[in-house]
Amino acid sequence: MIKLNVNGKDTEVDVDSDTPLLWVLRDTLGLTGTKYGCGAALCGACTVHLDGQAVRSCRTPVSAAAAGKITTIEGLSSDRSHPVQKAWIELDVPQCGYCQSGQIMSAAALLAHTPQPSDADIDAAMSGNICRCGTYQRIRAAIHRAAQLKSGG
Amino acid sequence: MSLDRRAFLKSSACVSGGLIIALHLPGCSKPGRTSGEPKTVAANAWLRIGTDNTITFLCDRSEMGQGVYTALPTLIAEELGVDLGRIRIDFAPAGDAYKNDLLGTQITGGSTSVRDAWLKLRRAGAQARTMLISAAAREWGIRAAVCRVENGFVVSPTGKRASFGACAEAAARLPVPNDVKLTDPGNFRLIGTSVRRLDTPLKVDGSARYGIDVRLPEMLYAALAQPPALGGKAASFDDSKARALPGVKAVVQTSSGIAVVATSWWQALKARDVLAIKWDDGANGALNDGVILRGLERATGTAQSARRDGDADAVIKSAARVVKAEYQLPLLAHATLEPQNCTADVRAEGCDIYVPTQIQQVAQQAAASAAGLKPEQVRVHTTFLGGGFGRRLDVDFVPAAVEASKAVGKPVKLLWTREDDTTHDVYRPPAFDTAIGAFDKSGKLIAWKLRLVGPSVTARLFPAVVAKSIDPFAIEAAANYPYDVPNVSVEYLRHEIGINVGYMRSVSHALNCFVAESFMDELAASARRDPLEFRRALLSKQPRYLKALELAAQEARYGAAPKGRFHGLAVMSGYDTYMAQVAEISLENGKVRVHRIVCAVDCGQVVNRDIVVAQVESGIIFGLSSTLWGEINIQRGRVQQTNFDTYRVLRINEIPRIDVLLLDNRAPPGGIGEPSTALVAPAVCNAIHAASGRRLRSLPLARHKLA
Repeated sequence: MIKLNVNGKDTEVDVDSDTPLLWVLRDTLGLTGTKYGCGAALCGACTVHLDGQAVRSCRTPVSAAAAGKITTIEGLSSDRSHPVQKAWIELDVPQCGYCQSGQIMSAAALLAHTPQPSDADIDAAMSGNICRCGTYQRIRAAIHRAAQLKSGG
Repeated sequence: MSLDRRAFLKSSACVSGGLIIALHLPGCSKPGRTSGEPKTVAANAWLRIGTDNTITFLCDRSEMGQGVYTALPTLIAEELGVDLGRIRIDFAPAGDAYKNDLLGTQITGGSTSVRDAWLKLRRAGAQARTMLISAAAREWGIRAAVCRVENGFVVSPTGKRASFGACAEAAARLPVPNDVKLTDPGNFRLIGTSVRRLDTPLKVDGSARYGIDVRLPEMLYAALAQPPALGGKAASFDDSKARALPGVKAVVQTSSGIAVVATSWWQALKARDVLAIKWDDGANGALNDGVILRGLERATGTAQSARRDGDADAVIKSAARVVKAEYQLPLLAHATLEPQNCTADVRAEGCDIYVPTQIQQVAQQAAASAAGLKPEQVRVHTTFLGGGFGRRLDVDFVPAAVEASKAVGKPVKLLWTREDDTTHDVYRPPAFDTAIGAFDKSGKLIAWKLRLVGPSVTARLFPAVVAKSIDPFAIEAAANYPYDVPNVSVEYLRHEIGINVGYMRSVSHALNCFVAESFMDELAASARRDPLEFRRALLSKQPRYLKALELAAQEARYGAAPKGRFHGLAVMSGYDTYMAQVAEISLENGKVRVHRIVCAVDCGQVVNRDIVVAQVESGIIFGLSSTLWGEINIQRGRVQQTNFDTYRVLRINEIPRIDVLLLDNRAPPGGIGEPSTALVAPAVCNAIHAASGRRLRSLPLARHKLA
């Protein structure tokens, strides 16, 4: 059994220790908001927070996440009230939406460390997240908007 | 079957907890039936009004990002006189009632959803409104003509109010009016505005359910080993190692490969990778890029004529000056971010499939064949689609899920890996095309000929269509050549390449617009004319093309590019939409950098402005990925690209600025999900010519070293 802390709750899972965190979240714990896109840390659809850092859960063995606090899209807020979620809604960012959990988690981690990111900061933090629908212009605008909301704007 | 499963299936088939009254709406019934037919048509209706005042729209098109989940109910809400927020959305089942009148089956593709629905759904909404008003007026003993609707109520002149829910039952018993008045465009409240997308909230908190997210009681997971050579099959296999691994429940030989079924997908995948399989490569064991290209280059046979004005061949023979060029385009993968998947639950009496599909009835048929059932015994549950782009017009991932579920007697979710997805796509057809233009002595363009060569998607998916006529989805943006030239010939030679090709966003527009609009630039250069001025002079009889072209050029400041930057343009009509793009580029270190794309759009009546803009941006980014890097290579029948490191798509740090300009008018809506993709390659390549004098006649640009 491996002990995990996911979205503030302690839990135990009975899986092989080499199982990627992604599949434990999705298939064992039923948290399907985190998505599988590439399995190789190339697309960012599986991004979650491990102790506040954005990590690719498809390449994070569950054993490596056991010591930390894991936050998924379901735990970002209980009511879509995180500034990034609010900005995403305000600008209608998603199209197919499949990558957006990962985009939002990457953006939230960026803003936690860099409250007023420049376009270059955004490019650096978000270039690991592919959006095949090409919502990038809106993602950029929404991150700036979220920064405003966060600072009380 | 356990009680749990029964309960789940029941609740998932049900639209809401309350009593539901179905209004019988025309368009739902089969031709020849009378409108008095009883409520068995309930499942065929788009609209359900509950006595609890809920209004539910059964969305019969798949939501893959393009916005039908919002745009289609907008058409209903407009006529019902309610805010869009009042309408709940469920995805419709498979059924003839939901056939796309433009394409003949229930299909989300060809940028047809709004075009098909434009009158159909507004009429459905207006009929429901008329019936609700009639029911209330009858109850009140007054004339229906004096009543109106207001935000979910029927209102009388004296201020009496009856909720839709209260009228619904009586309304459902009324005859369906044939002649209803649609809202005058001048009075649109919602159509033409930017109503917020209904799916956004679900897509910012992880609650939107895609195919990959389906979870059923007792469900098992499957990973599939597919033949490495396209078209191959397993000759023999040894699964003893795989079966010995934890969690593995079964190994099933399916029609498309060997499926490992396990209690988790990760276990299934690990076990799949230790299967010892001897593959038979089949007919494609020696297939490679060179073979494919040479085949297209040397293809002979009778080409079919797609367009013939005057006699281009004769004019070309005797013309003062002739320009000829050959263009070549590669295979491409769709690369939907959600890999292909299907969840199947086969039981003796029927089967449920939960699937991200663009083509419900074909998925239903495929599942029925695989399960040994009749199509009507298969219920199709459409989920949200994590990208479509035409990939999910194919159902090749459905049968194996059904076969695996049938073999183990439990629901099975079959999921492809990214590598499975890239190496087993149905690829965008390659092309080898020849363009010829002829000028007379005075320098006037007097003939234009295009010979298109490539494999046909339609021949595989809809053979009845090509049995009767030329493949209409191979000649787009070519047969409708808009320029005022007296002799025009467009012909298409179908040449199969041994592997399955599929429809991909913008379909043949993306092939043919590249050739036609690049070649127009070549002709302009040959005539020593500016590309804009050259086109403009030949479009004087095409006001919608011309307006788009002028607007894009004006916005981009065509002809006045910043120092070191260069402009290229392209213009096209497709899907009843007219569009022009100007690309602004520079050349840096032998590579092209695209700084900006301006796109002017005339898609007639806009239903949702914000979604139209988003789709145009989306299509441009999609087209730019293909233009820069898109290429699938084949060696020994095996696709060489596997994941996003080898099949590169645009990232946030690589996008140009995109400006979208809408030319509003009241022409019927044009399609918007696809056309913008097609103009990117010619606009960028024309800009490269402006920058360097080099004419690039093949893609992707990554193949070319630019000075």
